[in-house]
Amino acid sequence: MTIKQEINQNAFGNDKNRLMDILLSINETQGYISRKNMLDLSQKLGISMAQVQETVSFYHFFSSKPRGKYNIYLDNSITAVMNGRAEVKEAFEQCCETSFGNVSRDGLFGLFNTSCIGMNDQEPAAIINNKIFTHLTPYRVKHLVEDMRAGKTTDELMYENFGDGNNADPDVKSMVSNHIRKKSIILKKDYIPFTFLTTKLKEYTPGDIVAEIEASNLRGRGGAGFPTGMKWRFGRRTEGKHRVIICNADEGEPGTFKDRVLLTEYADLVFEGMVVAAYATGSDIGLLYLRYEYRYLLKFLNRKLTEMRKNHFLGQNIGGVQGFNFDIRIQSGAGAYVCGEESALIESLEGKRGEPRDKPPFPVEKGYLGYPTIVNNVETLATAVKILHHGAEWYAGFGTKDSLGTKLLSISGDCRFPGIYEVEWGTTIREIIAMSGAENVQAIQVGGPSGMMIGMKDAGNMDNSELMKWYKPSGMMIAEKFFDRKLSYSDLPTGGSIIIFNNHRDLLGEVVMNFMDFFIEESCGSCSTCRNMPIIMKNKLRKILDGHGIRKDIYDLLNWGKVLKASRCGLGQTAGNPVLSSIFHFRHLYEQRIQSLTQFDSGFNLDEATKETKKYVHRKPVFHHFKTSETWKDQ
Amino acid sequence: MEGPINKIKISLDGKTIFAPKGSTIVEAARENGIYIPTLCHFEGTDPKACCRICTVKINNRLMTSCTTPIAEGMEIESNSAELNDLRKSIVELLFVSGNHFCPTCEKSGNCELQALAYRFKMLVPRFPYSFPRKEVDASSPKIIKEQNRCIACKRCIKTIRDEKGRHYFAYKNRGQHLEVVLDPVLGAAMPDDLARKAMENCPVGSILYKEKGFDEPIGTRKYDKQPIGSEIENQS
Amino acid sequence: MNKKIIATTSLAGCFGCHMSILDIDERILDLIELVEFDKSPIDDIKKFTQPVDIGIIEGGCCNSENTQILKYFRENCKILVSLGECAIMGGLPAMRNGIPIQECLNEAYLDGPTVQENHEHIIPNDEELPLLLDKVYPCHEVVKIDYFLPGCPPRADLIWNALYALITENPMEMPYEVVKFD
Repeated sequence: MTIKQEINQNAFGNDKNRLMDILLSINETQGYISRKNMLDLSQKLGISMAQVQETVSFYHFFSSKPRGKYNIYLDNSITAVMNGRAEVKEAFEQCCETSFGNVSRDGLFGLFNTSCIGMNDQEPAAIINNKIFTHLTPYRVKHLVEDMRAGKTTDELMYENFGDGNNADPDVKSMVSNHIRKKSIILKKDYIPFTFLTTKLKEYTPGDIVAEIEASNLRGRGGAGFPTGMKWRFGRRTEGKHRVIICNADEGEPGTFKDRVLLTEYADLVFEGMVVAAYATGSDIGLLYLRYEYRYLLKFLNRKLTEMRKNHFLGQNIGGVQGFNFDIRIQSGAGAYVCGEESALIESLEGKRGEPRDKPPFPVEKGYLGYPTIVNNVETLATAVKILHHGAEWYAGFGTKDSLGTKLLSISGDCRFPGIYEVEWGTTIREIIAMSGAENVQAIQVGGPSGMMIGMKDAGNMDNSELMKWYKPSGMMIAEKFFDRKLSYSDLPTGGSIIIFNNHRDLLGEVVMNFMDFFIEESCGSCSTCRNMPIIMKNKLRKILDGHGIRKDIYDLLNWGKVLKASRCGLGQTAGNPVLSSIFHFRHLYEQRIQSLTQFDSGFNLDEATKETKKYVHRKPVFHHFKTSETWKDQ
Repeated sequence: MEGPINKIKISLDGKTIFAPKGSTIVEAARENGIYIPTLCHFEGTDPKACCRICTVKINNRLMTSCTTPIAEGMEIESNSAELNDLRKSIVELLFVSGNHFCPTCEKSGNCELQALAYRFKMLVPRFPYSFPRKEVDASSPKIIKEQNRCIACKRCIKTIRDEKGRHYFAYKNRGQHLEVVLDPVLGAAMPDDLARKAMENCPVGSILYKEKGFDEPIGTRKYDKQPIGSEIENQS
Repeated sequence: MNKKIIATTSLAGCFGCHMSILDIDERILDLIELVEFDKSPIDDIKKFTQPVDIGIIEGGCCNSENTQILKYFRENCKILVSLGECAIMGGLPAMRNGIPIQECLNEAYLDGPTVQENHEHIIPNDEELPLLLDKVYPCHEVVKIDYFLPGCPPRADLIWNALYALITENPMEMPYEVVKFD
């Protein structure tokens, strides 16, 4: 079928709310979405071409230009960088005879950088035509490219074993490994999926379920920590023709990969969680938003849904409850971190660019297509099933007083055993270091780039209370002095991303810069603050790293970063955190680099500024009218 | 204090005011002769807080007043040194992230971004200039889309639509590469009144009606003598 | 009271700001009672003859010579004032920012619609000619600038108020109508 035919007779009924699916299908068959396609689509869907382009140009994996036959998306998260990404990148460029951001002249290879693909425990990793390749080395790259030149399919490119567990499933066939290192109440395989649904659901009223979840004090496991029971109650009380349950599987926070493992090994549990949540809230529409990077699981997950329908776990009168009708559809994303924010995710589900909405109204009041919508994280839904099965009282036996139960941690970076650890809330950083086999630890990032750094040297100098009010971290980067701090909602809240840095790492030049690049790349651009400020902060940090910094630059960064707090969503509000938290807690690294006696240094450099002209006119500037000093600085 | 019927009571910078239920903070303030600076907001359309200039503080949380509805007893902080500096820095941020050459701009004197800079007494932005390279799209027979001056406020996206609801303008790309572009198909056959409306609704000089240049002398333009917002503050 | 010493210069500017200084009309007689001009195009003194109190800069930095003069001013003046849009943000010359130098030169000397009779396709390259910078820099992105007076040109009243405040060391009056960017 030609693209034109596909546009004309698409399976999505010319529904502009399904634009994502239509575009994904064109992008996949043709390799890109042409201007002509957009024009045809705009006529078909009754919107302008600019509107179609608005969606196309927003997502990282949609291309409006022809790409290669093989498209290599190389992860640029910090753990990839720490594990030899530079060499792998160079090998790709050499072997493919093109540079990143481009397509080779023969049209065979497209090389692209991409934000964290959720493989931090097996970096460097890349997506090659929807297939994941992990643990890349320059040697492996050479063979991959040779095989691609020989015309092999992506399946044939793989000569590694499949990963453990369901990674070897015929519908997955992936070399990704789960790396489950520590199981507790959620990951323990002591529960046959759908038991609660088939045996106990009938005994509960929806109100009972909400009450039980509220009693368990379960809080959202995506990072924000909103009480789940309360969310369900709010969603339930809003009137609507339909109500919607969304499972947020857009796991994009660099360093997080727990949802990948849950979807691979515990998909039934997650889906059961969605059904139970639907029952509790009176929802009839179920959507799982799967990040593009996890598309290799799509076929497998859809098979699971088919099986559920066959077993009447989805469809009409589920679990023997008359009138309880519910089904689940999986919506694929197309590469945008911000879509992990629940209202941006809903916009994306409606076929638009993933731009967060202003709140209020909250999704529980007005969400997907205007219906009351409850968005829950993958882990939250899985946990809910276990809580309901065993009871809230049982659950209260784990964790700490203010943070009940367990948390899945995605541990990566400088440690011997990166992977998934299910720990009880209250676990200290020191224990995390011990269990992951890390040594000579300089810092730990808890909560991803939007988190916070705490250092040793500046610990006594924390008189920034006024400023601290502005910077509500969603996590932290921690140094040794604070390793006895505990993971909990009152001390160190986290969505589960733990990245470890040893003493050899350049925290500012390598880590903070990488995190800032991440925010610059992933901003949706809607807020004036988040669109413009991170890049200004990055340039300022660059100036300091280049040796032109003065003390005022540090204060500028602290003050300028405040502006980001006025952004609409969590991405924007935390986009300055890598710089700000490293100033708070690794202040000595900044002090080492600034010129303490210099009052003014704009960073202006006449040699640099005239470099281009000199190339052109083959001479140097002459000054013989006035005598001035050699330096541009003001002492 | 008992308020008028159908109105609810809120406190704005310590002053008790009354406004109809369902109004936003900006509207409530305006009704009481208090100006909260706005830029992307355009009366009569759904607000989409892109510029963040109307940010106020409620319960120590930053909220945009163009989108937040008032609630009984709400305590709002708006005209504080901290918030005004935040607003000023956002204005400065917009100046350095585009190419705003006021002396050459047709909208100068009537430009809301410039007017806000005047109101906040901006002499020089605190941030370094970025001088991004931007294009000028003059392909439409009716209007010029000057990307150097665009602040991505979405006003044209929200207000300029055809009878079928199709958008003449839309966002393109994301992050620092975000821009507002004109639909080439609709733009080619833009009705005259819509083209004029697009220019009027644009707060800056990014949408220009073709063949219309400077037509108001310096001194008589909208913001030459009176700061933006004074029309609200002086209404009573 | 000792007279304050003032110096002025025009870098990448059009001398419009200097014209606006003269636009203070009869107040120029008051000014001359209060100050003495050193290096300035107004009196045509080429080099500083003494330490200067207030240096007034018109225009941004578009070439190597501009930056050198700016530095010369910074080293000889206690206070530097950026006068006008070009000094503050590059102004009209900065509209070339973002365009490669070669493209600019070609447009100016070879390909532009106003180029006439350059049959030998010469782009001037005498060694006395300053070198173009990669972009036009606002003055404060090169050296430290103490005060900024916007406008194109700045209103004469703004200049007078600022100078009067600086000379008499009093707070400056800034009525709404006088601070404008055009």
